Amino acid sequence: MVEKISIILFSGAMDKLMAGAIIASGAVANGLDVNIFTTFWSLLQFKKSGAPKPTLSPDAGNMADLVMKTMKEKKVPSWLDTLKQISEIGNVTIYGCAMFADLMGIKKEDLDPIVKDVIGVSQFVDMSKDAKMTLFL
Amino acid sequence: MDEIKPTKVVDARRSFCPGPLMEMIKAYKNSKVGDVISVYSSDTGTKKDAPEWIKKSGNELVGVFDRNGYFEIVMRKTK
Repeated sequence: MVEKISIILFSGAMDKLMAGAIIASGAVANGLDVNIFTTFWSLLQFKKSGAPKPTLSPDAGNMADLVMKTMKEKKVPSWLDTLKQISEIGNVTIYGCAMFADLMGIKKEDLDPIVKDVIGVSQFVDMSKDAKMTLFL
Repeated sequence: MDEIKPTKVVDARRSFCPGPLMEMIKAYKNSKVGDVISVYSSDTGTKKDAPEWIKKSGNELVGVFDRNGYFEIVMRKTK
């Protein structure tokens, strides 16, 4: 059986989404399957339109503007592009959280097609129970 | 080194960790056994990660070469 990891994306902060995408890349490089569950603020960032303007987590403090500017200048790929790139290389499956989607009236069609399905927490925990590692970001 | 002609060159300069590694793996997956893949990168994480990946995956690391302002990682697909 192929080994796998789970990543729960909670924060919508761009730096945390980026960390998630980069860790997922590391997993794919090591031949691991990756299941990602996006809920709350991260789910909003997967919306095709009307996603809140991306910001950095509060940890960035007064560095935020400089980091944003530097990333733009150095053409760092977006976290979403990174997820798309690694989906072509390995088995990366992204699920939207049904609870938050229902709450906010978000349909699967409203989300980037990289989100394969909208599922409940129980199903995601079930697919995570034999994962090698599970991260909550 | 000069006598080994790469089958594929992946120019991942200006791309950041783990970009060059992922581009290398993508090229690897689309290659045949015996192909030589050369990756240009200026990212320091890749300089360590890519040779590690090549060895761990059971392929051949031909070498890591310092070029002017970047480095070149050369691998041969053996499986």
